[in-house]
Amino acid sequence: MKREEKISANLDWATILLYLAMVLAGWLNIYAAVYDESTVQSIFTFSVNSGRQLLFIAAAGLIVMSIVIIDVRFYETFAYVMYALLMILLLLVPFIGKEVGGNKAWIGIGSFGGQPSEIAKFATALAMAKFIGSVGFRMDSLRNQAVLFALIGLPMGLILLQKDTGTALVFTSLVLVLFREGMSPFLLIVGICAAIIFILTLLVPNQLYLHLGVGAVLILFIALGKKKIKRIMLLISGALLISVVIESVDYVITDVLKPHQQNRVKALINPDADPLGYGWNVTQSKIAIGSGGFSGKGFLNGTQTKFDFVPEQSTDFIFCTIGEEHGWIGSVLVIGLFVALLLRIMFIAERQKTRFARSYGYGVFAIVFFHFVINIGMTIGLFPVIGIPLPFFSYGGSSLWGFTILLFILLKLDSHRSQMLQRL
Amino acid sequence: MSELRKEILQVVVVLVALVFIIKLFFIQVADSRYAEMADSNAISKETDYPFRGLIYDRHGKLIVYNTPEFDLKVVVKDMAAFDSARFCDVFRISREELRQKFRVMKARKEYAPVKPTVFDHQLSNEEFARVQDHLDEFPGFFIHARTGRSYTTPVLANALGYVSEITKTALEKDASGFYKQGDYVGQSGIEGFYEEQLRGKRGVRYKLRNAKGVIKGSFNQGRYDTLPVPGQNLYTGIDLDLQTYGEQLLKGKAGSIVCIEPATGEILALVSGPSYDPNLLTGRRYGSNFALISSDTLKPLFNRPLMAQYRPGSIFKIAQAMTALQEGVITPETRVRCDRSIINCHGGHSNEDLRGAIANSCNPYFHNVLRRMLNKGITNDPFTDTRLGLTEWNKHVYSFGFGKPLGIDLPNEKSGLIPTPEYYDRAYNNRAWKFSNIYSIAIGEGENLVVPIQMANFAATIANRGYYYTPHLVKAIGENGQPLPQYQVRHYTTIDSANFLIAVDAMQAVVERGTGQYRARLKDIIVCGKTGTVENEPPLFDHSVFIAFAPRDNPKIAVSVYVEDAGQGARAAASIASLMIEKYLIGQTQRPHIEQYVLNGKFTD
Repeated sequence: MKREEKISANLDWATILLYLAMVLAGWLNIYAAVYDESTVQSIFTFSVNSGRQLLFIAAAGLIVMSIVIIDVRFYETFAYVMYALLMILLLLVPFIGKEVGGNKAWIGIGSFGGQPSEIAKFATALAMAKFIGSVGFRMDSLRNQAVLFALIGLPMGLILLQKDTGTALVFTSLVLVLFREGMSPFLLIVGICAAIIFILTLLVPNQLYLHLGVGAVLILFIALGKKKIKRIMLLISGALLISVVIESVDYVITDVLKPHQQNRVKALINPDADPLGYGWNVTQSKIAIGSGGFSGKGFLNGTQTKFDFVPEQSTDFIFCTIGEEHGWIGSVLVIGLFVALLLRIMFIAERQKTRFARSYGYGVFAIVFFHFVINIGMTIGLFPVIGIPLPFFSYGGSSLWGFTILLFILLKLDSHRSQMLQRL
Repeated sequence: MSELRKEILQVVVVLVALVFIIKLFFIQVADSRYAEMADSNAISKETDYPFRGLIYDRHGKLIVYNTPEFDLKVVVKDMAAFDSARFCDVFRISREELRQKFRVMKARKEYAPVKPTVFDHQLSNEEFARVQDHLDEFPGFFIHARTGRSYTTPVLANALGYVSEITKTALEKDASGFYKQGDYVGQSGIEGFYEEQLRGKRGVRYKLRNAKGVIKGSFNQGRYDTLPVPGQNLYTGIDLDLQTYGEQLLKGKAGSIVCIEPATGEILALVSGPSYDPNLLTGRRYGSNFALISSDTLKPLFNRPLMAQYRPGSIFKIAQAMTALQEGVITPETRVRCDRSIINCHGGHSNEDLRGAIANSCNPYFHNVLRRMLNKGITNDPFTDTRLGLTEWNKHVYSFGFGKPLGIDLPNEKSGLIPTPEYYDRAYNNRAWKFSNIYSIAIGEGENLVVPIQMANFAATIANRGYYYTPHLVKAIGENGQPLPQYQVRHYTTIDSANFLIAVDAMQAVVERGTGQYRARLKDIIVCGKTGTVENEPPLFDHSVFIAFAPRDNPKIAVSVYVEDAGQGARAAASIASLMIEKYLIGQTQRPHIEQYVLNGKFTD
């Protein structure tokens, strides 16, 4: 009994309060999203999403308790085992899974079902952290980097097999952990540049201008810097590479991306071109949020989210309900909650005494951050529609439990941070 | 460095949040457009269903057309409290049924109180007329008209197929996203095969609704609306009179009649017995009638012309003869003694040449021919020798269109079976086999299986002296249109056309003085045919088979007839085939006694 008291005292209550605030706000908004004044149903009714979400929240409470009770050494010791088990599960999903909404990512046992890909996030973060925390690990070793990329790539590949591109993309965020742990930022910069060039190519109708722009920047660099042969050659080959990327964008858009993915990119660039076709989701989502005004229409008074204009209103597009019913103030508040949580996670990560715990903390940060950016970005038309949930807010058991596990393992590790040091 | 990285990440988080907050400020506070759009936004999408294409016969007679059907729909949100006793009175349902209908409707997955939902399916014209005047007493209820199918005649059911609501599994498989739940889709037959051509293009109308759901006019002056495009009409090669006659002849019998125009591959008649009236599978009665028809033990939904796989019997001897001629193992003059010690025979003949052997359907002759074909003595090992011979034989037999689906324009066509060396390896569990194990295929018995459409196509191939067009029902998509491209290609067999001339001679002899002379011979038309009597399990009678084409020169029609459990091919099948030829070429039979014989159906007395 005494020991348990000690554990709860050591848990980071600031994070827990943020967590509870988000889950509660999410639950109320899920109720609002499915609320229909003609058939008023209580928020606790199990036949509507809000009632089921309450069950999921209760189950999340049990998960939190288990995580806190389990010996802290378990997470590091069994990191690889859990990773391996989840990879096997992911591998099996295409065979035993059933298709929900075009993605075959769902497995069910009786009437209980879940998406292993949601749970795989924490296992991957844990396995990466264990590898980074292992004795003799050096970030500048190419071999170590290869192992880390393999750890990230494996679940991505398996989830892509389930045609769930959105969830697979989430794993790329884990590269942030490597960045924090000292990997050269070169890769990150290249990645961001590639994304910028990609989007520029879509925005600028004539690619000739882009090539000319690249040429101009090249000449500028050569003129301003030292005129060494090696440096000039490097710059020229870099510029050529960028030109190739520009040329390949068309190919990627038309041949690699599937039609629905192409449409999502097109909708991002110019949603007004076809407001009833591929621009539908983004247009409707923006109308719903935009109609909220400064202070919103009030709880349960939204009209857009209820008439089925906004698709997936209680899962991926839950932010629409917030924007419509609570306006700009409500949206800022929710974004504020996320900023507070993300900064708090980073703060917790930084105060860890072991590399393992710190890396894991950054893994949690990276995943939550990615979801936050992409999900809200897509509802307000800044990113293409990628179907991933808003952490702690969106309806769904797997998603809520996945994030709960992710966060509370960090809090558990954090509550033992002084003991960890003793062990070392 | 690592401390700095932490700061970079913190700045990134805050920056992203700021971008979001600013963007949100723009769309929520600075820009009032969205609020206005939200007021009028409620864009609702209404579908205009196009007319489904009509189906005609070869002379332009209408076979399938559209009739209006009326669905009673309701928007539950707009429903006012109504007098349920009055409602039950108007719609002639009991209170229990009314409650049941609401329960069923609300249980549906796509149900939403703000959306129009189907309350009752497919009201008939009379029902529609009755309830129409009273609809205004029940706000929220309205009639939605769409079209169903009707058939001018009760024939051709299996070839036409039917139209019904798309099934859940088909909806899940539909990658095009064209269909919604409750949509009609062609099932089986022409309706299924030509679904894409028949269905047309749907029109869409976008209507503006306010936040209360009241329609406020069209969206953007109808700029995004599209008109429905009617489906394309299909012109089939079917001769409706011939088809009807065929169904009459096959009444009370199990089997099939297939007639093809050899020069084009167009199917003139496709009769499956027993069949059903296609009008039974339309409208509200669809559900109960479908259950009845599909559970019928006589299997009226089983489309025999392309799904029944039969042993071909003696008609296969023609294929054997041409294969052997092509391989050079016999000549037309080759004579074989009718030695009945290995394989039995019938009729009085003893030492026939090829034409005589076909005319009298001599079993020992073709036993001998197949032996020459399979055991050419390429090696001394009889096992290997048979294997080599059979491979060669397969090549020719496959080229007649046997052993694989022909690819006609109907779903569910079966392939039949032409045994290959690999097939016998499996059948004999990899133990050795040689000619003496497999010789029954010589006379079309044994492992051979063909479907009636392949038999008719075979007759057409002989009529053409060596090639065929894949049989097809639809000869033009749209008025003055073309058939699908795959039906405009000639398929040549591996047999020289000179060898076909010998087969033509022999088939003429069958009808003039051989097994077919009593019931297949016509007065003014030279018919070429071949009988087949396929062994059946006693006490059942043998199956009666006949293939034919006529006239001998410049043939206009090729026929295959298969009548189950009806005894000799020279009786039921030969009679029916010759009647079909007469009907098509002359317009009526000149031999009423043969017609009566078939209609009486006592072939085995």
